[in-house]
Amino acid sequence: MLKRFGRKKENLVPILQQIQARLGYLPAEAMLEVAQFLGVPETDVYSVATFYNQFRLTPPGKHSVRVCLGTACHMKGGYIILDAWKRRLGIESGQTTPDREFDLDTVACVGCCAMAPVTVTDKKVEGKVSPTRVDGILLSYKIKNKEKASQ
Amino acid sequence: MTLGVLPDVDSAFQEIKGNALSHWKELWAGKEPVIMVGTATCGRAAGALEVLQAIREELDKAHQNASVIEVGCMGHCYAEPLVIIAKPGHPPIAYGYVTPEIARRLVRDYVLGEDLSLEFALGALEKNDLIPSIYDLPRSTYERRVLLENCGRINPEDIDHYIAKGGYEALARALRMQPQEIIQEIRSSGLRGRGGAGFPTGEKWDICHNAPGKPKYVICNADEGDPGAFMDRAILESDPHSVLEGLIIAGYAIGARHGYIYVRAEYPLAVQRIKIALRQARSLKLLGRNILGSDFSFDIKVFEGSGAFVCGEATALVASIEGKPGLPHHRPPHLATRGLFGKPTVLNNVKTLAYVPHIVRNGAGWFSGIGIKGSKGTAVFALAGKVVNTGLTEVPMGTSLRQIIFDIGGGIPKGKRFKAVQIGGPSGGCLPESALDLPIDFDSLEGAGAMMGSGGMVVLDEDDCMVEVARYFLEFTQRESCGKCTMCRLGTKQMLEILEDFARGRGELKDIDVLAELAEDIKAGSLCGLGQTAPNPVLSTLRYFRDEYEAHIKEKRCPALMCHDLIAYYIVPERCERSCDACVGTCTVEAIFSNKKRIKVIDQEKCVKCGTCLNACPPQYHAVTKLSPPDKVPKQ
Repeated sequence: MLKRFGRKKENLVPILQQIQARLGYLPAEAMLEVAQFLGVPETDVYSVATFYNQFRLTPPGKHSVRVCLGTACHMKGGYIILDAWKRRLGIESGQTTPDREFDLDTVACVGCCAMAPVTVTDKKVEGKVSPTRVDGILLSYKIKNKEKASQ
Repeated sequence: MTLGVLPDVDSAFQEIKGNALSHWKELWAGKEPVIMVGTATCGRAAGALEVLQAIREELDKAHQNASVIEVGCMGHCYAEPLVIIAKPGHPPIAYGYVTPEIARRLVRDYVLGEDLSLEFALGALEKNDLIPSIYDLPRSTYERRVLLENCGRINPEDIDHYIAKGGYEALARALRMQPQEIIQEIRSSGLRGRGGAGFPTGEKWDICHNAPGKPKYVICNADEGDPGAFMDRAILESDPHSVLEGLIIAGYAIGARHGYIYVRAEYPLAVQRIKIALRQARSLKLLGRNILGSDFSFDIKVFEGSGAFVCGEATALVASIEGKPGLPHHRPPHLATRGLFGKPTVLNNVKTLAYVPHIVRNGAGWFSGIGIKGSKGTAVFALAGKVVNTGLTEVPMGTSLRQIIFDIGGGIPKGKRFKAVQIGGPSGGCLPESALDLPIDFDSLEGAGAMMGSGGMVVLDEDDCMVEVARYFLEFTQRESCGKCTMCRLGTKQMLEILEDFARGRGELKDIDVLAELAEDIKAGSLCGLGQTAPNPVLSTLRYFRDEYEAHIKEKRCPALMCHDLIAYYIVPERCERSCDACVGTCTVEAIFSNKKRIKVIDQEKCVKCGTCLNACPPQYHAVTKLSPPDKVPKQ
């Protein structure tokens, strides 16, 4: 994968983005390899990876849940929605459920302020979310899983 | 690189334009109806993709041919999903709040039949004698659409639509001008940067044009990090070519060969549409080597930001493109002389660049004729929060806040009272009712303790707690502080802890003075805009809403009934209808039970204060209420 990039330091962020897109997170081994490839100190790669919110160093769940906490979402109850997700999934923001089904995180703003409060599940943007809608979304995942199992 | 221009630029462009026009005319003159669905991110959040699917299925079922086109955002986000249907012989009609069911009905009744289905219509998109048009809405008296003109009206993934609407004409004209002439034109138009700081664009270009050092770079700042702002996202998703054209012209004017668009990774659809736009522009030779046959070559790379707010700051953004953590550094040297890779660089906001083609096409005089002294042109705002018509609007500079919130935004929903408008994001402030008649321009708002910023406006009503608003923004800037400057890194942390104490009812009056003192120190001791403006939300709320701070401290009470630790939910026994179980059924933690008289009671130990019961309780009973401080709840 690294072959597609030049050995220039400015490619560091795009490379890390590519790795995360492929694996879902940045394993330590991958970061070491990137450091070697670009000829930069390992700490530089680590500092970039931890500086930007987008990168994660632990494996994600099968489905991602991103609760928007932009201004409009927050004022319209985004923090209540985050509470609801935490309660239902039994994890804190930034964690993955033990069965690796879901990972939960917050996002600063997805720019859908008119539809606040917003949650992005996988790539689907859900507008005007309520605590009961959280249950509904989880239920739809459960049903989908069951359908898959019965097939 | 010489900038001499070959004479065939014009004929090359005319050929492209001719093709685009014939495609565009074919679309509208054909016998097939045209159906447009707004599928920008806001539309998608409201279910536009399901609507699109329903329309396609229904057309297939009836074996009806129609041109179904995905368009961007018209700015009427409150009415999403939005569908526009144009049938030959009728003006195009926009329908709002469309569900898949309504979409199927529209296809059956209007596309296949003759029923205009006006009960679902927002209005016609052209003035006509038959159907009220959206230009008859009160908001259009105040609006003046320049940047938003094409948004939601053309297919952002089809370059021909943009060209047919006059796009890239400015580029063809610019290539026949000397770079200095273009800079002069921008300078005399009075265009100022729309990212928040308001630096004169022409001047910035001029400095960079004259700076020694090669190669030069132009960067489009699409790292719209202000929570509550979504203008740049909407423009990039709805009319990406306008930004590209502006960027190419900027490159020509300053003598650059390379451009970057730095866009947030949180905007995947914008990234996708920019990439499509770049491909199309290259294939028509509007981008790349020898643009339109001239000897000007220019190409654009997309760089995806990785979720750091500070990267919206110019020097941090540049560091980020260079592959470093996005830490700002001291200016001067300014980017225009020492920017990306140490070379002269121009960095402009999305909207600033999108104005450029309009100015080159229509002349500096046209632009400076809009707006007021010192602030020329229009301003694009994103309205969100407690306002009826959430979405985008564009008004001439100098329009008052009241006109935007009440005449365009339609006021506060549910008959609630206006409390404040948060403007300018984490760098801005909250303005109360008394400041609503201020004209919006670069300078007036600063005097009142806010700033125009990039254009995010979040309206707050009586249910919103100003201490909580201040705490929210401090939490944000605290988290996003890059950690380089001590005052910003530690000072914001101190401020946040004080505000958290207030929100929990643990503060003391003298803490208010500490807050004000810290605010001044942070302003003085920070390098970049993030730190210098971080205390603004606290200072402005302290200035206008001190009574709320005091209620939190003295009475441990949240007047707006919002702060989690200072409120409790309570069911008024006299109002409870008893046979209704709405609250019990919806409670997400089963904290509500019936007592012996079947009156519903909340178990305060179990209650997580999510508010679902309050929304579920039928309005005619209105039995669920919030109380503050929580010890007001009677023992049951």
